Amino acid sequence: MRAGNATEQAASRAARLDLSERAAEFGLSRVEYEAFVRGLGRQPTVLEAAMTGALWSEHCGYKNSRPLLRKLPTDGPQVLQGPGENAGVVDLGHGLALAFKMESHNHPSAVEPVQGAATGVGGILRDIFAMGARPVAVLDALRFGPLEHPRTRYLLAGVVDGIASYGNAVGVPTVGGDLAFHDGYLENPLVNVMALGILPIGRLQSGTVGEVGNRLLYVGSRTGRDGLGGAVFASADLSGDSGADRPAVQVGDPFLEKLLLEATLALTEAKLVDGVQDMGAAGLTSSVAEMAHRAGRGVELHVDRVPRRERGMTPLEVMLSESQERMVFSVRPERAAEVLAALTRFELDAAWIGEVVAGDRLRIFERGTLIADLPVALINEAPSYEREHAEDPTVRITRETVPDPPQSRDLGAVLGRLLATPDLASKRPIWSRYDHQVRTDTVVAPGAGDAAVVRIKGTPLGVAATVDANPRFASLDPYQGAVLAVAEAARNLSCVGATPLGVTDNLNFGNPERSAVYHQMVRAVDGLRDACVALGTPVTGGNVSLYNQWRDVGVDGDVERAVPPTPIVGMVGVLHDVRRHAVVGIQREGDLLWLLGTTLDELGGSVYLAREHGLEIGRPPRCDLTLEAAVQQAVRQLVATGLVDTAHDCGDGGLAVALAEMTFANGIGLTGDVAAGTAESHSGGTVRADALLFGESASRIVIAAPAERAREIEAHLTAAGVPWALLGESGGCRLELRWPGGTLNFGVDRLRDAHERTLAEALA
Amino acid sequence: MTTIVVGFPGSNCDQDALWAFGEVAGCETLYVPHSERELPHADAVVLPGGFSYGDYLRAGALAARSPVMSAVRDFAARGGPVLGICNGFQVLTECGLLPGALARNTGLHFVCRDVHVRVERAAPPFTGLCRAGEVLRLPVAHHDGRFVASDELLARLEGEGRIALRYVAPDGARDPAANPNGSDGDVAGVVNERGNVLGMMPHPERAVDLLTGSDDGRVLLASLLDALVGAAAEATS
Repeated sequence: MRAGNATEQAASRAARLDLSERAAEFGLSRVEYEAFVRGLGRQPTVLEAAMTGALWSEHCGYKNSRPLLRKLPTDGPQVLQGPGENAGVVDLGHGLALAFKMESHNHPSAVEPVQGAATGVGGILRDIFAMGARPVAVLDALRFGPLEHPRTRYLLAGVVDGIASYGNAVGVPTVGGDLAFHDGYLENPLVNVMALGILPIGRLQSGTVGEVGNRLLYVGSRTGRDGLGGAVFASADLSGDSGADRPAVQVGDPFLEKLLLEATLALTEAKLVDGVQDMGAAGLTSSVAEMAHRAGRGVELHVDRVPRRERGMTPLEVMLSESQERMVFSVRPERAAEVLAALTRFELDAAWIGEVVAGDRLRIFERGTLIADLPVALINEAPSYEREHAEDPTVRITRETVPDPPQSRDLGAVLGRLLATPDLASKRPIWSRYDHQVRTDTVVAPGAGDAAVVRIKGTPLGVAATVDANPRFASLDPYQGAVLAVAEAARNLSCVGATPLGVTDNLNFGNPERSAVYHQMVRAVDGLRDACVALGTPVTGGNVSLYNQWRDVGVDGDVERAVPPTPIVGMVGVLHDVRRHAVVGIQREGDLLWLLGTTLDELGGSVYLAREHGLEIGRPPRCDLTLEAAVQQAVRQLVATGLVDTAHDCGDGGLAVALAEMTFANGIGLTGDVAAGTAESHSGGTVRADALLFGESASRIVIAAPAERAREIEAHLTAAGVPWALLGESGGCRLELRWPGGTLNFGVDRLRDAHERTLAEALA
Repeated sequence: MTTIVVGFPGSNCDQDALWAFGEVAGCETLYVPHSERELPHADAVVLPGGFSYGDYLRAGALAARSPVMSAVRDFAARGGPVLGICNGFQVLTECGLLPGALARNTGLHFVCRDVHVRVERAAPPFTGLCRAGEVLRLPVAHHDGRFVASDELLARLEGEGRIALRYVAPDGARDPAANPNGSDGDVAGVVNERGNVLGMMPHPERAVDLLTGSDDGRVLLASLLDALVGAAAEATS
C-alpha cells in the first residue's frame, strides 16, 4: 500500500511539470486543462487533475447544457427548492412537500443492463432521501432498439430485472413509466429513472457542509474500486469495446440502501445534521466539492479515514470511486456523539473524514500530508460552451414532406396490429415484475390511469406522477417534440384529476459537439421553456445525458449514430381529495363518452405512419397551448367535482387506440363515432379516415360518465370554452366504431389478447 | 389487544402491517426489532414482508436465526398466534415453525398482482370470521413464493385441515392459471399442527381499503382480533 502511494506521489511530482499531454486521460480538452492550470495558478498533481476532470465532465459539470438550462422557468409559488440541490421540492399543502427528480443511467445500462439499471434506481432514491424525504414512488422511462432485435431483448430483460431487484427490495413501489422502441436506440438504450418522496416542510435538508467547525461523517457502504471514473465514462461515447469498461459500472446493494435510507431519515427527522449529500457521479470528490460550494466554505478531508473495501487503494481511487450506497453528513461537533448513537442500530460503517474550514480550498490529506489543494469555486464551475448550431437539412426535408400514404382498405385490421405493436402493447408483463403496491398507498396503479396516483396517509391528498416523451416527434422537430412531451405529461396528470405542480426533465442527446445535435438541444430546451411557462409547470431540476451515440459499422461504412433527441418530461401533480380521481377503464355500461378537443387532419410522426407505412415524416401535431390548458383544466374540474371518473388522453395511436384501451380494464365495450369532434365540425376542413382513427392531434381527452350527468358536464365544458363532441356510449363487450365510409367491430377480448401478448412473449 | 410487528433489517412491509393492524383494525401495535431477545407482553405476533437481510442467502434464512426468533418460537409454543406474511412466511418455514419450503417462482420472476384465494380452513384464530370456500382477492408480491412439499406432506396437511388458503380462479375453482408461482397443491397459506401459526404469501395488510384496490384482507385481520378478544374474555371469566 505504501509502495503504491509512494510511486504515485513520485509520479505526481515528476509529472507536475506538465500534465497537459495527459489532459485527455482526465476527460479534459487541452483548452480546458489550460484554463484549469490558470485558475489553480500552478501545475496540478495527478490527483488534482483527475478530480477536476471528473467535476468538469458533462455528467457533473453540465458544460454543454448549462447556458441552455438557464432558459427554463424555475420559479412558482409552489416551488420550495428549484434546481441546484439533490432534488426539486414543491409545496403540497397540509405542511407537506414533495421532492422529485429524474436521472439517467444510460451508459452503464448499455454495458451491464441489470446493474446499470439497478444502480440508477439506487442513485435517484438517495437524491430523494438526501432532501429529508421518504421515497414513495419510482417511475422509469426506457428506450430500446427494435423489439425484434436480440440485443434489445437482452437489454430489456436485464433493465427490467435491475429495476425490479432494486426497487422491490428497498420497498419503494414502481408505479409507472414510459417505454418506446426505435432503431436509434439499438446500441444505446435510455434508462431514465424518476423518484418521488414526501417530507414535512420543516425537515427540508440541503446538500451543504454547513458551518465552519462542522465535521463530515461518511456513512454507508465501504469504498471499493467499482465504478471508478464513471462520470468520465458516462460522458464519453460508447466504443465498440465498451464491454471492457465493465469495472466502471457499479454494483448495487438494495439491502444496504434500505438501511441507509432509514438511517438518513432517522438523522434528519431528529434534526441532528446540518447537511446531507449522497455520493453519486465522481463519488466523494463531487459530493464534498458540491457541499463546500453550496456553503461557500472550505473542507479538509482525510482520505486515509475513508472506510475501504479492498487493500492497496490509492487516494485517487478512493476520491473517484463510485461505489454505491454512500452518504456524507455535516454534523456540528457537539452533536457528534448523538449522531453516532442514532446510527448504531443500523449497523452501518461510519467514519469522520473531514472538517469544514473557512475559505475556499478543498484540501485532501493522506496521513497528515497535503496531497491536493484545490479552489472550491474553480472546480465546481466547469467551463461552459455555447456552440454554433444548424439543423441537419435532411431533417427539414423529412419534416416538410406531407404524409399522404395510401388509405388502408381494412382500417379495423390496422387497429388490431397497432394495439400489438411494441410501443402501444400492454406493459403489464413489465410492471407486474415491479412491486407497485408496497407502502399500500397506490391508488392508481400502472396501466390503470394515464398517470400514477399515490395517497398520503393521514391527509386527503394524493400525488400523481408521469414520465413522457415521443421519439418520432422530437426527431422531426425537437422544439415541437418537447412542447408535446410537456403537454402530454400535463394532460396525463389532468386525466387522473391532478393539478400539475412541477417538472423534472432528462435531456438525452448525442454528441453536443456536433452542430446538428446541439441544434436539437437548443430547440428542445426552447420547446420545454415555452410549454412549461404556458402550463405553469416550473422545472425544478433534472439531468442531462449527452454522447448517447455509438459507432455503427455496417453496410454504410463506419458511421456515428446518435439516439433520437429525447427530452423526457417527468411531471408531478397534486389531488386535493384523492378519492376523486379518474381512471382509463370504462366503469359502467350505459355511460356516455365525450371527446374534448379537436381531431385535425394530422398524421405526421404518428405510430400509424411508422408501423403501417414505414414512414417517419411530416410535421408533428400542432399544439395550441392555450387550448391545451383549457382542456386540461376542464377535465380536472370535472374529476374534482365527482362528475367524471373515467378519462383518457388521446396519445400514441390516436382516438381508436384510446377508445380500445378504455374497454380493456373491465371488458365493457362501446359504440362510437370517431368523426365526432373533427376539424370538419368545428372549422369546415376534412379529415382522412386514417387520421380520424389513428392521427395523434394534441389536446384531446376522452371522458365517460353516466348519462344523467350529461347536461351538467356539457354545460361545464361549454362554459370553459372547450371544444367538445358526444362520441358514443358504453355497453356490451364489443368495440364498434364508425366514420364516414367505414366501420369496425371487434370483440373486446380479442383486441385485449393482441394488446397483452407482444411483451409477454418478448419477455418469456 | 396488542399485536407485535417484528422488524428485521430489510423488512419493508413492517410499516404497512403496523398501519393495517393499528389504524385499520384498531389493535394496539408494538414494533419489535430483530435484535430483541424477549418480546414485550402482547396477544399476537406478525412477521411482515420484505427482503430480510437482503434475502441474499435463501429468503428468510438469516432472519430465522436472528435473536428475536427464539422469543417468537417461545411465544408460539405457548399457543400465541403468529402470522407470517410473504417474507414472514419464508422465515417461518426456515425456522421450522411451519412445514414445507418456499422456492423461486416457476416463472423465475418477481410477480406482483392480485390473486384469488379460497379459504380452506375457516377456524380461529386467523380465519374464524370467514366462510369455508369463501374467495378473497388479495395481492401477492414475491420472487420466492412457490410452496414446495412432498406428496406425503401435502396429503397430511390436507388431511389435518392445515391448508388455510389456496390459489383459485375468481369463481373459486382450482385452475393452474390462477396459481401465480407454481405452488404445490396451489397452497397459498398453511398453519402449524396446533393451528396458531399461519404463513401466507398473499398480503392481507395491502387489502384493507377499496381506494387501493381490495379490502378483502380485512376479514383476516378482523378474525385475528375477534379471536384475541375471545381469548381475553375466556381468560378473565
